[in-house]
Amino acid sequence: MKTLAQHISEISPARAFRPVAVFVPWVVCVLLALAVHFVSPLLVNEYWESVLQRMGVFIVAAVSLNIVNGFTGQFSMGHAGFMAIGGYIGAGVTYYGSLILHGSVGDPNFAVQGTLLMLAGLVAGACTAAGAGYLVGLPSLRLRGDYLAIVTLGFGEIIRVLLELTPKQVSDAAAVKASPIVSFFGFNGATGFAGTPAYANLFWIWLFVAITCVIAYRMKTSSSGRAFLSIREDEIAARAMGVDLTKYKVRAFVLAAFFGGVAGALYSHTGVNPSPTDAGFQRSFDIIIMVVLGGLGSVSGSVLAAMILVLMPELLRDLQQYRLVLYALLLIVMMLVRPKGLFGVKEIWDLSRGDRKQPVGKGGTP
Amino acid sequence: MDEFFQILIATVAVGSLYALIALGYTLVYGVLKFINFAHSDVFVLGAWTSFTVSVVVLNKIADPSGVTPWWVVVVAFLSAVTVCGVVGYCIERFAYRPLRKAPRLNVLITAIGVSLLLQNVGQITGPAVARGPEKTSIKDGQTVTQAGDPLATVPFGASPKSMPKLIENVVLNESVMQSGNLAGGAMRGTVVFDKPVTFSEGRQYRLDVTRTVANADGTTRVVVEKLNLDAEPGTFEPGTEIRTTPRRTAAELQGSTYELIRSPRVPIGLIEVIIVVVSLSLMVGLQLLIFRTKLGSAMRALSHNIETAALMGVNTNFVISFTFVLGAVLAASAAFLYPMKYPGLNQTAHGIWVLLGLKAFVAAVVGGIGNVRGAVLGGFLIAAIELFGGWAYAPLKDVYVFALLIAVLLYRPNGLLGRAVTEKV
Repeated sequence: MKTLAQHISEISPARAFRPVAVFVPWVVCVLLALAVHFVSPLLVNEYWESVLQRMGVFIVAAVSLNIVNGFTGQFSMGHAGFMAIGGYIGAGVTYYGSLILHGSVGDPNFAVQGTLLMLAGLVAGACTAAGAGYLVGLPSLRLRGDYLAIVTLGFGEIIRVLLELTPKQVSDAAAVKASPIVSFFGFNGATGFAGTPAYANLFWIWLFVAITCVIAYRMKTSSSGRAFLSIREDEIAARAMGVDLTKYKVRAFVLAAFFGGVAGALYSHTGVNPSPTDAGFQRSFDIIIMVVLGGLGSVSGSVLAAMILVLMPELLRDLQQYRLVLYALLLIVMMLVRPKGLFGVKEIWDLSRGDRKQPVGKGGTP
Repeated sequence: MDEFFQILIATVAVGSLYALIALGYTLVYGVLKFINFAHSDVFVLGAWTSFTVSVVVLNKIADPSGVTPWWVVVVAFLSAVTVCGVVGYCIERFAYRPLRKAPRLNVLITAIGVSLLLQNVGQITGPAVARGPEKTSIKDGQTVTQAGDPLATVPFGASPKSMPKLIENVVLNESVMQSGNLAGGAMRGTVVFDKPVTFSEGRQYRLDVTRTVANADGTTRVVVEKLNLDAEPGTFEPGTEIRTTPRRTAAELQGSTYELIRSPRVPIGLIEVIIVVVSLSLMVGLQLLIFRTKLGSAMRALSHNIETAALMGVNTNFVISFTFVLGAVLAASAAFLYPMKYPGLNQTAHGIWVLLGLKAFVAAVVGGIGNVRGAVLGGFLIAAIELFGGWAYAPLKDVYVFALLIAVLLYRPNGLLGRAVTEKV
């Protein structure tokens, strides 16, 4: 029997380096987030910082939706529902947590603990959303494309209706301490949940943008990702090759919902009050447009499309009325002339290699 | 129990509207095997078209008596049908036909795109096609004339509107209790009957009073006025003063006759009857078209296999276009009937419309998509679930519908009639 130390000593230096290499992207993530956090205030004013925050949130949302819509080809139209779940749970944890632990919300002296609370809320919201994703993913096994779209759309609407039925917000610390579990669901019905402090600064948002992108990209290039793509191309062929449809479809849904929840929780900590309409189809359509425009299956494409679509209303402020008409036309024309989106399943850095690797037919995937 | 029957009647009316919209989904699914997401927006377009046309026509004829000529109804209906038919054809021709061989996902995305396009174009406030009366104001001693407020615009704009009343919603099953001569009481706002009257517990009573009114130029005219009675249950001897709203004086009621009318426990409105009759006749017509005509058998052939149908000499492009137009026309008919019952029209991208379309789609799926009779059955089923569920606990009525959809898809993925009927369209 060899000891653990002997095992390690037998590993060649190149392989011994691997555990370190695994962490490199995460270090890069943190550095990137720090860079955004400290550089952008030098370049832009506060208003554009809030645009950058929104951009980050929508990048996380679009990339996560791409896991299920793009990689796996299961057309989900209820992503805003997952976002809303994450947003409400996250905001609830921070708000009621602050009330219980500190007695008031948004006290500057409580900022560090508040940020920790936000992270706890983020995890709680994302996990709840992932649970919802599991529930929605299960029927997806029996539903083909169009039906699934409708069921997920219905799911978003159900979330919206349920959020509208929630009881009034509790703002009294003593009342919250007396019955924390009951008051936690006080999400203030149709008016929306107000008063969550804006703990999600540029650093946290862009950290999660980087983390989401790295995970999504690694997912795509892993064996899971290949299974996802094979399901998207042809379910029967995938099953014949031994891909467990149930496992991978549910996995895609859970992952997408998890990061959707992260996006929602981040968004509710940027000073935007979560409201039930956030779970509606309008928001879901916005994210779908980003995914389709960027390319179904392209992580960098989604990032780019999310950036463009968040910036566009800022730049075209005079054309506000026509913005959504433009989006709709974009969607139709894109399907007619470039059915796979800007980048298709490829990433931006694959473009220089040309189209040799993937001979693409006129109509896209068969 | 009364409430139960009231909801039942509403279910039949709303259900036939759902069924009409669901037929459009199911027809298109039958021939092309994809969900026409833009169908609910064609429906909304129909509702707004009939609103705009009726406002423009009523504004043009500007009848002070407020009586709507019958032909306005026909004009509004025909224009809604025409506009929706043309738009339905264009959608098929320019958005879906180029993608006929494309993967399903692309067609689905295009359909969402078309739906968003129709919604958001309808939201733009366009130039006014009908304006209210000109406004004059005196400013610095000069009379300034301003154009009136726009009553209707094309495109329709983002503010909600109210459909003008084209047909009075007369309650059909009212009963006349008694009639005779009416006199005013000593106090203003009271009436005195010439016979004993009995009011029973829990019922509504109304007087239709026929009286003579003097015009400004000295002539007289006869008007029929509706007075609501405000009386305790019980029997009243002749001469008892009974209060009414609106209030009339004894002089005004001089020499008038009355009909005492008891409102039914379960009122059946004219509009509900119109909705059900029109819908059912359209459905029967559709059934005949599909199963008794050559075009119908071409549609059924397409639903089995497009290539084979083409080889057998069916002009597939024509039949597909025809199916789209047919679906759009059915949606337009529903859209014309819908605002008669619910006059409030929301902006075209409002969630209410999307939900309405979704429910109709759910009806098509529950009945078995691609199956014409299934769509009708599903329409009534969804309306029943929604309205009776709403009776039990109103805030969750949308949740019931989607829960039913998920349950049906999980346990009977082909819908309720998906297997029972073999002919599909």
